Amino acid sequence: MLRFLLGRLAVLIPTFIGVSIIAFSFIRLLPGDPVALLSGERVMSPERHAEISAELGFDRPIVIQYLDYLWGVVRGDFGTSIVTKKPVVDQFFELFPATVELSLCAIVFAIVLGVPAGIVAAIKRGSFADQAMMGTALVGFSMPIFWWGLLLIMLVSGMLGWTPVSGRISLMFYFPPVTGFMLIDSLLSGQAGAFKSAVSHLILPTIVLGTIPLAVIARQTRSAMLEVLSEDYVRTARAKGLSTFRVVGVHALRNAMIPVVTTVGLQVGVMLAGAILTETIFSWPGIGKWMVDSVSRRDYAVIQGGLLMIAAVIMLVNLAVDLMYGLINPRIRH
Amino acid sequence: MSQAAATSAVSTDPSRRARLAEFWYYFSENRGAVIGLVFFIFLVLLAIFAPLIAPHDPTQQYRDAVLVPPVWQEGGRADFLLGTDAVGRDMLSRLVYGTQFSLFVGVIVTALSLVVGVVFGVIAGYFRGWVDTAIMRVMDIILAFPSLLLALVLVAILGPGLVNAMIAISLVYQPHFVRLARAAVMSEKTRDYVVAAKVAGAGHTRLMFKTILPNCMAPLIVQATLSFSSAILDAAALGFLGMGAQPPTPEWGTMLAEAREFIQSKWWVVTLPGVAILITVLAINLMGDGLRDALDPKLKRS
Amino acid sequence: MLKKTTFAAALLAATVLSGAASAKTFVYCSEGSPEGFDPGLYTAGTTFDAAAHTVYNRLLEFKKGTTETEPGLAESYTVSDDGLEYTFKLRPGVKYQTTEFFTPTRDFNADDVVFSFDRQLKADNPWNKYVTGASWEYAAGMGFPEVIKSVEKVDDLTVKITLTRKEAPFLANVAMPFASIVSKEYADKLQADGKMNQMNQMPLGTGPFAFVAYQQDAIIRYKANPDYWGGKQKIDDLVFAITPDASVRYQKLKAGECHLMPFPNAADVAAMKADTNLKVVEQEGLNVAYLAYNTTQAPFDKPEVRKALNQAINKQAIVDAVFQGAATPATNPIPPTMWSYNKAVEDDKYDPEASKKGLEAAGVKDLKMKVWAMPVSRPYMLNARRAAELIQSDFAKVGVTVEIVSYEWAEYLDKSKAKDRDGAVMLGWTGDNGDPDNFLDTLLGCDAVGGNNRAQWCNKEFDDLVTKAKETSDIAERTKLYEQAQVVFKKDAPWATIDHSLSIVPMRKGVEGFVQSPLGDFAFDGVDITE
Repeated sequence: MLRFLLGRLAVLIPTFIGVSIIAFSFIRLLPGDPVALLSGERVMSPERHAEISAELGFDRPIVIQYLDYLWGVVRGDFGTSIVTKKPVVDQFFELFPATVELSLCAIVFAIVLGVPAGIVAAIKRGSFADQAMMGTALVGFSMPIFWWGLLLIMLVSGMLGWTPVSGRISLMFYFPPVTGFMLIDSLLSGQAGAFKSAVSHLILPTIVLGTIPLAVIARQTRSAMLEVLSEDYVRTARAKGLSTFRVVGVHALRNAMIPVVTTVGLQVGVMLAGAILTETIFSWPGIGKWMVDSVSRRDYAVIQGGLLMIAAVIMLVNLAVDLMYGLINPRIRH
Repeated sequence: MSQAAATSAVSTDPSRRARLAEFWYYFSENRGAVIGLVFFIFLVLLAIFAPLIAPHDPTQQYRDAVLVPPVWQEGGRADFLLGTDAVGRDMLSRLVYGTQFSLFVGVIVTALSLVVGVVFGVIAGYFRGWVDTAIMRVMDIILAFPSLLLALVLVAILGPGLVNAMIAISLVYQPHFVRLARAAVMSEKTRDYVVAAKVAGAGHTRLMFKTILPNCMAPLIVQATLSFSSAILDAAALGFLGMGAQPPTPEWGTMLAEAREFIQSKWWVVTLPGVAILITVLAINLMGDGLRDALDPKLKRS
Repeated sequence: MLKKTTFAAALLAATVLSGAASAKTFVYCSEGSPEGFDPGLYTAGTTFDAAAHTVYNRLLEFKKGTTETEPGLAESYTVSDDGLEYTFKLRPGVKYQTTEFFTPTRDFNADDVVFSFDRQLKADNPWNKYVTGASWEYAAGMGFPEVIKSVEKVDDLTVKITLTRKEAPFLANVAMPFASIVSKEYADKLQADGKMNQMNQMPLGTGPFAFVAYQQDAIIRYKANPDYWGGKQKIDDLVFAITPDASVRYQKLKAGECHLMPFPNAADVAAMKADTNLKVVEQEGLNVAYLAYNTTQAPFDKPEVRKALNQAINKQAIVDAVFQGAATPATNPIPPTMWSYNKAVEDDKYDPEASKKGLEAAGVKDLKMKVWAMPVSRPYMLNARRAAELIQSDFAKVGVTVEIVSYEWAEYLDKSKAKDRDGAVMLGWTGDNGDPDNFLDTLLGCDAVGGNNRAQWCNKEFDDLVTKAKETSDIAERTKLYEQAQVVFKKDAPWATIDHSLSIVPMRKGVEGFVQSPLGDFAFDGVDITE
C-alpha cells in the first residue's frame, strides 16, 4: 500500500510542476493589460503605467518571475490579487468552503437518487419504470445546466416562490463563519430557523449542479448492476431461492459499487466545471465564480493561483479515489 | 461519421459487410437510438438547407417588430412564427441557422480531438518508454484542470470567438482519446496478427496505423459520440459566459447569453435556444447509446 | 432536562425574533463586490458605494440629489484672492466609529486630513505603498499630484491646501469618494501592529454607518453609527447583499429579500412599475455615450462628412433596442442634468436622404469604415455590440459599409487611444464630480489627444473656451463659456453623440428618504423603512 502511495506521489510531483508552469505561462499569454484595467476609461500616463508594472514585478525576466512565484508557492504564498489587494490564498480559503458545500450536496443528491434508481431500473429491466427512469437520465445527461438553472429560477423561485433566488442564507441571520460551511455554521449559531434557511438556499443550486452526475450515476449503477446480476454466483443465489431483496442487497450491490465509486470520483472534476456555471447563475460566492470574474478582470495572481490550487485539489481527490478503489477491490492493490 | 467509415470498408471486405449488418441489427433494436438517428438526420438537413428553410435572414433586423412573441401568443405575427429578439431578428431563422454552428462545432471538435488524440495515444502505446511518459504526463496536466475552466482560460488567451472556442475544447478533450487509444494499442500489440505483421517486415507507421488501429476503433467511436454532444454543450456554455461565438452569430449559447436580461419578461428568447441545445444533444446521446450497445459486445445484451 | 433545553431554545428564539422586530435592517442588493474598502485605492462606483458613502466622510460633500457641494467634515472654507490657497475650518467634536476592532481615543482633527491627502500624494509616506500595487488611481486621474502643492495643518481644526495653479473644479474634487478622510490614529495603530493591510479590509471612519463584517462576494454588514455627527440613522443595520445578476436582483426585490436595487434590466422596468409592492424612481444619469470619429484621418477629417454620417444614425432606435427606452438620445457632449447644458443647440436630425446627399457633396463614395464596439456593458451603453449592429445597418442605408471590430476591454481602451487609429470608436464617460470641465476638457481638450480624446480632435476655438472656463471661478461666467463650447462642438461634430442613459432605481414601497444621486452613487444615510 505504501509503495503504491509513494509511486503515485512520484507521478504527482512532476505533474504539479507542469501544472504550475502551465498556470504561470498562460497568464503571461493573456491579451490585455491588468495595469491599464485599473483605471478603466480614465487614461493612465505611460510613466505611471511603468511604475505600477515595476511594482507588481511585471518588468522582470519571465524565468525569474516564475522561479520567484514557485518559491512563493512552496512557502504557501500564491501572490496578491491585483484588484482586491488581498492574498490569493486567503481569498481561496474564504470561498472554497462554499464550493465544497455545494458540490458535496450535489454529489449526495446524485447518489441518493441515482443509485436506487439505477438498481430498480436494473432489476425491472425493460419495464416502463426502467424506460422512464433511463429516459429521464438521458435528458439529464444532455442538459445545458446554465439554461436549466435559469429555467428553475424562473419557475420555482419566480413564479412559485418556493425557494429563495440566490445567496447562501437569509440575511436575517448573522453569525461569524466558523467552518465556512453554512449548514454547519447555522447549526452552531443556535439561531432558530437558520439551518432551515441555509437548506432552502441550497436546494436549487444542488439540483442544477447534481443533474448531470445524477444521470451518470443512475446509468452507471444500472449497467454495473446488470452485469453483476448476470453473473453465476448471483444466478445461483437466486436459484437457491433467496429473495430478490437479499440477492441484490447482499451480493450484487457490493460488487456493483466498484465502478460506481470510480464514477463518483471522476465526477469531481465535472463538478468543479459545473460549479463555474452554477455559481455564476446563482451568485454563489464560491471559487468557480471567482475564477470567471478574475479572467474577465485579468487578475493575474488570482487566475494563476486559483488554477494551481484547483488543480491540486483535483489531483488529491483523484489520489484519494485511487486509494479507496484499492481498498474496495483488493485485486488491484499493488 | 462512423457510418461513413464503415460504408467505405464494405466493398473491400465481405466479412465487414456481415459485421455491419450485425451492427445495424443491434442498433435498430434500440428504439431510442433510431429516434435519435432520425432526429439527427433532420438536424443535418436543417443545417444544410438552412438558407432555404429559414423564412428570414438570421441577422436582418426588423425595427418594427422588436420582441414580437410567438405566433400563438397575443401580439404574435404570422411572419415570425417563434417571435423575434431584442433587435427584431426572427427567432425561428436564428434557431435554424444555429444548427449549422452547433453541428459544425461537434464535427470539428470531435474530428480534431480524435485525430490528434489517436496519433499521440497510438505513439505512446506503441513505443512506450520516455515517449509514453512524456505524452501521458502532459495529458495528466490537462486532466488536472476542470475542463470548462481550462477552456475558458484558453479562449481568454486566444480571444473570444467560435473558432478559438473549438480549438480550446478539442484540446481539453485530448486526454480521453489518448488514454483510450494507448490502452487499446497496448492490449493489441502482443496479439498474434501484430507479431505476424512485424515478422513480415511491416514498418512502425504501418504497424501502428494500418494493422493495430482499425482493431481498436470501437471504444474510440463511442468516445467520439460522447465528445460530439459534450462539445456542443461546452461551446454553448462558453458562449453563455461570453467567451464563445460572438454576436450577432446565431449560436444558441450566445443567443441565450444575450437573452438573459429578458428572463422575467420575454420567455421565448430565453427558452427556445435552450430547448434547441437540449434536443440536439439528446438526439446525439440517444444515438451514442445505440452505437455503444451495438459496438460493445460486453454490454450488447443489456 | 429535555424540557429545560426546549424552554431555553424557545426563549432564545423569542429574543432573537423580538430583536429582529425592533431592529430595522435595510438590505441593498448591490451589483458587485467592492474591490476593497479603502476608497483612495479604487475607481469603481461599486467600491465607493460600499466603502466611501457608508463608512467615511469628506471635507465637502455633494448635497443630496445634486452635484453642488456642501460642508462635510469642513464647516467652511475660504479661498485666497489668487485662487491658490484653500483654508478649511474643520467641524469640531466629530467622533470616529467605535467598533469591535478599534476604539478611538480622540476626535477627528487636522492630522487626519493631512494624513488622508499625504498618503495618496507623497511617495515617502509609509502608507503610500501599504498594499501591493497601491496606485491611488483616482487622485492621479484628477491631477492631484500636479495640482496640490501642499496640505498643511494650521491648528487642530484648520487645514490649508495650496495649489500650484488656478483650478476651479478643485472644490468638487475634494467632495469625491477617493478624497475620503481616514483616521490617523487607527492607521498608526495598524502600523504599530504590523497589520496595515487591515485598512483596506476593515475600514473605520466618521461616516453614518460603521463596518461590521464582509463575507467575500456575498454580504457586507454595517450598523448605524450612534455617534454620527449628523445624528444616528433611522435604520439600525445596513446590509449589502451582493447579487451580480440583474434578473436575480429583481427576483429578490420582488420576494422582499431586499429593499432596493441598482441597475435593473431595461426589459423588466415596465413590470416593476406595474408592481404595487414596488416603486421606481428615475433620473438622467451623468453620462454620455458617443461614437468618436478619428478626425485626423480622411475622409473623417472633414466636418461635412462627420455631419452627414451623424444624420444617418437613428439614435432613437438605439435607445429603444439597447435601453428599452431607458435613455435619451444625446445632443451635447454633456448630459442635460449638468449645469451649463446648452438647450439651444440642435441635434443633427435623422435623415438618411440628407445624409446621402451630404456624403455625395463631400465627394465620398463607397465608403468602407470600421466601427469599434466595446466588449463590456457600461452604464452609458449596456450593449455596444447591439448598438454597433444598428449603426451598421443605418450606415448601409446611405451606402457606407461598416465592419464592427472589438477587442478585449483593456486592449480596446489602449488601442483606441492611438492617433492613427482606423475607424470610429464607441465609448462613453460617467462624470466624476458634476463639473462640465470633467467632460469637455477631459474628453475633448487638445491636451487629451492621444489619450482620453478619442476623436483626436484639437480645435483651437473650443480649447480656448474650456481652458478659460477652468481658470474662472465665477459660475455664471463659466456657464457662458461652456455653452459656447458646446456650439463649437456641434458645428465641428467630432463625435456622434449617442445617448445619456437613465439611472433607474426600483425599491420596495416602504422605503423612504432615498435620494437618487446624479453622480450615480448609492448612499443610504437618511433612508428609512415603514414596511
